[in-house]
Parts: sequence; structure tokens; C-alpha cells
Amino acid sequence: MACNSSGCESGGCYGREKENGCKVVDVKETVRLCVKCKSNEPMTFGDGGSDDGRFCAECFRSNVYGKFRLAVTSHAMITPSDNVLVAFSGRSSSRVALQFVHELQVKALKNYEASRDRSLPVFGVGVAFVDESAAYPSLSGGMSDAIAWVRSTVLSLSPPEKDLHVVPIESVFGSDSVEARDRLVKLLDSVSDETGKEDLLLHLKMLSLQKVASENGYNRLVVGSCTSRLASHVLTATVKGRGYSLSADIQHVDARWKVPIVLPLRDCVWQEITRLCHLDGLKTVELARHPQSGINDLVSSFVALLQEENPSRECTIVRTAAKLTPFYFNKIPETDDSCVPMATQRRLKKFNLKYDGSMTTEAFCPICNGPLNGSDSSEDESDALYDACCSSCRFQILPQEPSSLDHFGSLLPHHMISQVKHHQKFDSQTYLREKIKDCLLLDDEEAV
Amino acid sequence: MEASEGKSKKQGASRLCCLCNQRRPVLKRPKTLQQICKECFYEVFEEEIHQVIVKNHLFKSGERVAIGASGGKDSTVLAYVLSELNRRHSYGLDLFLLSIDEGITGYRDDSLETVKRNELQYGLPLQILSYKDLYGWTMDDIVKMIGLKNNCTFCGVFRRQALDRGAALLKVDKLVTGHNADDIAETVLLNILRGDIARLSRCTSITTGEDGPIPRCKPFKYTYEKEIVIYPSLLNHFLKLDYFSTECIYSPNAYRGFAREFIKDLERLRPRAILDIIKSGEDFRIATTTKMPEQGTCERCGYISSQKWCKACVLLDGLNRGLPKMGIGRARGGVNGDHQKETKKPASAARSLESKQCGSLDF
Repeated sequence: MACNSSGCESGGCYGREKENGCKVVDVKETVRLCVKCKSNEPMTFGDGGSDDGRFCAECFRSNVYGKFRLAVTSHAMITPSDNVLVAFSGRSSSRVALQFVHELQVKALKNYEASRDRSLPVFGVGVAFVDESAAYPSLSGGMSDAIAWVRSTVLSLSPPEKDLHVVPIESVFGSDSVEARDRLVKLLDSVSDETGKEDLLLHLKMLSLQKVASENGYNRLVVGSCTSRLASHVLTATVKGRGYSLSADIQHVDARWKVPIVLPLRDCVWQEITRLCHLDGLKTVELARHPQSGINDLVSSFVALLQEENPSRECTIVRTAAKLTPFYFNKIPETDDSCVPMATQRRLKKFNLKYDGSMTTEAFCPICNGPLNGSDSSEDESDALYDACCSSCRFQILPQEPSSLDHFGSLLPHHMISQVKHHQKFDSQTYLREKIKDCLLLDDEEAV
Repeated sequence: MEASEGKSKKQGASRLCCLCNQRRPVLKRPKTLQQICKECFYEVFEEEIHQVIVKNHLFKSGERVAIGASGGKDSTVLAYVLSELNRRHSYGLDLFLLSIDEGITGYRDDSLETVKRNELQYGLPLQILSYKDLYGWTMDDIVKMIGLKNNCTFCGVFRRQALDRGAALLKVDKLVTGHNADDIAETVLLNILRGDIARLSRCTSITTGEDGPIPRCKPFKYTYEKEIVIYPSLLNHFLKLDYFSTECIYSPNAYRGFAREFIKDLERLRPRAILDIIKSGEDFRIATTTKMPEQGTCERCGYISSQKWCKACVLLDGLNRGLPKMGIGRARGGVNGDHQKETKKPASAARSLESKQCGSLDF
């Protein structure tokens, strides 16, 4: 996992002073050159960050885009027959993700039109913007402007054309917007822990993206999370007791979901992304941030402090977490490949980039979809929802009084609560049998 | 009149200890925020530690156990509680105090006085080992030479070995240290921040070094630092725990400080987060192959070591040769340099994949 290291090398040496005070200057020394191509003048962003003044604009850009493309190809994130939905918040990271996916698509279109047999189709791209104003009323003021801006941005990224889906976060409760809003507010009000509320909203956001993706025929969800974001996630997961499920969240691919999530910007740091936006004039929209007062905010401040002390700290944190063992679902799942071109199929098989989708060896928390550790199982089996959840969600999201659990369950969106029923059906006998069935001699054979 | 009386009665009713419902609460328990009385605090504090000892099979009857005693709050409370529980629950342990004199004037010499008093107060035999005797250097000498940047590294490495040597001298079967929940949580965070996956996998174990010279365990693994501070302050005065309470005078620049501040803030928001960090540390999916470095012995002193020379010898060599940077950071040359190259991990399949510059996509 790469990031630009902060090892410093100045672009050239500086003039020496002669005894009499005149500067002796070599021609080469006054002109600093890009350390990569050694021909252009390096860009200075003046943002006080590391690596400033090392690369020229082209090399800088190709570094960042290169990381994106490497992630996409080495993890089979996007293949010709795919229909990709880009989660777009309007902020820098997802703006860059959208831009890069668009450029990839443009190139694919060019290749398609230039090829004789037109055998490789161009993947489709859609954009989804989640409207969280029902959860954070303070956002509603600027929301319609923000949506209009998003619309025009998506429009400008064509050809190829991209559908825009504006998804109200309350849509997880259904299509009746009034009732859905009401249900959302009721649910959020019943969560007393501030951090729990924020996290629940993140889970609902993902659910709403999954819903719009599957209802509109998308088979990949692109999320713009960068290294910096993941570094904060590593620490928040650690302090919430979510060490077991952490490795599932920080890989390039997360195929736990119906529509697999891919993170093509995982290896880019925040600084590169903001610099790129500046360089390419990529506009972003910053909605009035809801004040975050809980653990998530504390961790962000802590990471910012660590970054000041050492600019490569974020990379080290993610690199450490990347050494944790991922899960089987951290690869693109094997599906019916009839529409995937042969060349792609061969490549995917060769590099073992897919897994057998029918293998389900983990149980998942119905609220956060985190894989459950054996140590999460509760001794008290009185409530199905309590039993099904991970210990972190039990503490920060579920109500503390057992008598309120039933009511709380009724407030959750259908998709979450249906997982609880699934969990109850999780039969350890069948599960173990499944695992060893290859070794078992079937009774039928004896009969023959 | 009646209304106000009724009100005060109601207030009185809610103002009873959560646990016994009889006595007046005197504090909010840091771990759980429960309002409890003094007696219940002792009971639950001591009982929880007893349960940790029992559930984790920390001791066997008849064992000789050395308590790493610095004179600070953790080891003083540890010595007191362990001898109490040993008596109360008949663990059958032979307890000793083991103290290390790092040679820090105005700090260690004072805290050692505390341990000497503890020896008398608890009736536990005391053994003191000094860096001067073991290594020929005091921390004062070392700091004079290297300054305040990496001094904690030296002290930590030397102390670890000193404790093992002291334990061997006392012929004990086990060493216990006063590392508390806050310490372990800090260590988990530090190992994440520094990228040390091998240490990360070991640092939450309650017992370590079972296959080494002296196994060590940490009975305070789930005990909050705040509660260790509260415990002696509530004791009746004739039993009042005597401990030395200043920070090491050489410590201000330790990187651990970052993590400590963060954990303090975290505890304020959510007390159970400290235990949650430890739980995460225990649950991290770390492949067993990444866990143990190969164990050998140091060529110079015979101490356990994964390299040719143990870290203490490397550092000492550096000090004696006037090269204090030796052993700090990544080893490039020196005794262990070649060995380092040999142990370089082979590239994984994924890495070789990533190193291939993909020419074009399949499009």
C-alpha cells in the first residue's frame, strides 16, 4: 500500500557563497526540477503539507490517478460489463472519485469506438447523492442549492451520460416521504448515545445507497474513502471495541453487501486529494457540518494532532491495519459470468480476485453489518435483537433497558430487522456440517 | 412543608449506594459511573481482581511470586491487594517485592524509600537491583550522554531485563507487574500508531513469556488507573497506603504521552472505551505466523533474544562506545544488521501483483 513518503530531498542544491560574498551559482541550481520527470518545474501548493514543491503538475496528477487505476485493476473493481454507482457527497474525496471514474469511462468509450469488433462494452456509471436533511435539520437550508450544484456537476461529466439519484436518507423506511421522515426522527430520538446516533446514521446512509443501487440495476458501489478517512476509522473502531470487524472495513473491496463496495482511493491521502481538486479546479460543496461532539470527533482531532507531529502517521495507521487478516468477502464475488468478456474472466481467475459467493461463514450484526466474533455472543438469550447485535451496537445504539428493546426493534428499517430473523436461523450444526461436507462420506454412496 | 419533606425523602431514597442500597454513596465509580459507598468500592475493586486472577489461572498454589515494585501507586496497591487476596482466598503464594534502581536522583532514590517502607508494612521480603550493578550505567549517566529523546527506550529495555535477572536471583516462578487497563490500552494504540503488528498481537495477553525465563502477568489488566488512585485514598488512615507519586523527571517527551492524553479525553466521554480498546486488541485478526519472532539467546549475555545480541547489549555497546544512536530506530549495520536482512519477509502474492504496472485495463 503506497503513499508518497515524506522523505525530503530538495530539488537541487543552492548556490555557494564565495569568500567575497558573491554567489557562485550553477545554471542547474536555480531551476528546481520535478523529481520524477526531471523536466518540468515543480508545483508549489503552499499548503504547508509535505512533499510540496517536489512534483510538477503532470507528475503529481499521474501519481494520484495512477494509484486509483492500480487499485481498480488489481482488485477487479470495475470491469466492462459492470454498472457502477458512485456515492457522491459533494466533498473533495468523492469529487475526485467521480472525476477519475468518469475519466476511466471516457477512455473505455474511446477504446470501444476505436475497436473493430466492439467486443468490450463500456461500463455504466451513475451517481448517488444522499440527502441527510431529515436527520440534520440544519442542512435543509442549503440543500436545494447543493442538489442543484450536484446536478449540474453530473451533467457536465458527459458524455457518457450519467444518471443522478438524489436519495433522501429516510428512503430506507419506504417511499412515503412524510411517514419515512417521521420514522427516521423517532428512531434517532430513541438513541441516547451521541456517537451511537452518528454511527447509526452512517449505517442508514449505507443502506439507502444499497437500496438505490440494487433498485436501479447497479452492481458496484464506488465510495471515495481515502487513507486519511480510513486512519480515523481504524482508531474509532478500536476504541469502540470493534477490533474483530475492523479488517473488513478497510480493504479495497467489501462484498458483504448486496452491491459490493469498492474503495479506489484507499491509497490516496487527504492532502493529495485536496491538492488535486485545487490543481484541476474541481469544485466541491461543503454543507454546513453538523456539530460532532462524540468519539468520532475526538478521534479526528487526535489524528490531526498526530499528523502535525508526523505527516506519514495516517499511512502507518492504515498500513498496520492492513496487516490484519481480511475476510473472505473482501474480494469481488463470483457471479454468473456469462456477460463478462473471456479475457476478463481469465484474468480474474488467474489472480484469484474473486471468491465463491455461496460461502457464508460469518454471521453479521443486523445494524452495522459487522462480522460477529464468537466473544460477542451474549449469555442472556432473551431478546433476539440484542442477541443478534455486536457488543458495540448493543452498547451505543440499542436502548439499555431490556423492556425497550422490542419497541426499538419496531423502529428499525425492515432490512435491518429481517437480518435478525436470519440470525436466529443460523444453525451451528448445519454450519459445521457445511464446513466439513467435502470430507464426509454420504450414506447414499453406500446404498449404491 | 410536607411537599419539601417528601421531596427530600425522595432525594434521600435515590441517594443510596447502587450495590448495597444501604449506605450513602461517596463516589461515582470511574469504570461504570455507578454511585457507590466506600465499602462496596473496596469489595468490588478487590473482587474483580480476584475474579481476573481466578478466571485467567494466573497462579498455582505454592508458587514464588515477585511483585515488580517501583514505589509508585500501581505496584504499591498491587502489593497490598495481592497480599490481601493471597491471605483471604488462600492462594498459597510466597510473595516478594522486587525493585529496580535505575539511578535517577531525586526520583528513584525517593521512591525506593517507599518500597522499603512497604517491605516493613506488608512484611514482604524486598530485593533491590540497580542499573549501576547490572550494566555499569545509571539513568542519570545515560541522560547526560544522550539527552531526553530516546532515554525511555534505554530505561524500558534495561528494566525489563533487570526484572528478569532479579526474579532469577530470588528464584521465583513468576513476576507480576502493576500494568493497569489504561497502560494496556495506551500500548494497543501506540502499537497501531507505530505499525508494530507483532507487538500488537502480544500486548493484550494477561500472561506473557511463558516460554521464556520468567512468565509475567498483569492482574490489573482490567483495572482502571483512576480506581487504583482512589483505592488507597479511601482506606482507613492506619492502613493508608504509602506511595510515591511524582512523574519520572526524565519522562516529558515520551511519545506515549500523546496516547495517554487521548485516552483521558476518551474516558471522559465514554468510560468503558478503555476496556473496549483492550477488547479490540484481543480481537484483532492477526495471523499466528506474524506473532512470534524466532527465539534464541544473546551471544553476549545469554539473555533471551530474537537477534544475535539482545537489545540491552546492543544499547550498552552503543553507550560504551560513545555511539548512543545504536539500537535506536531501524538497524542498518552493526551486529544485528546482517541478521535483519535475513529476516526480511518475502513479498506476498498480492504485493507482486501490485508491483506490476498494469498497462491498460481490459476495456
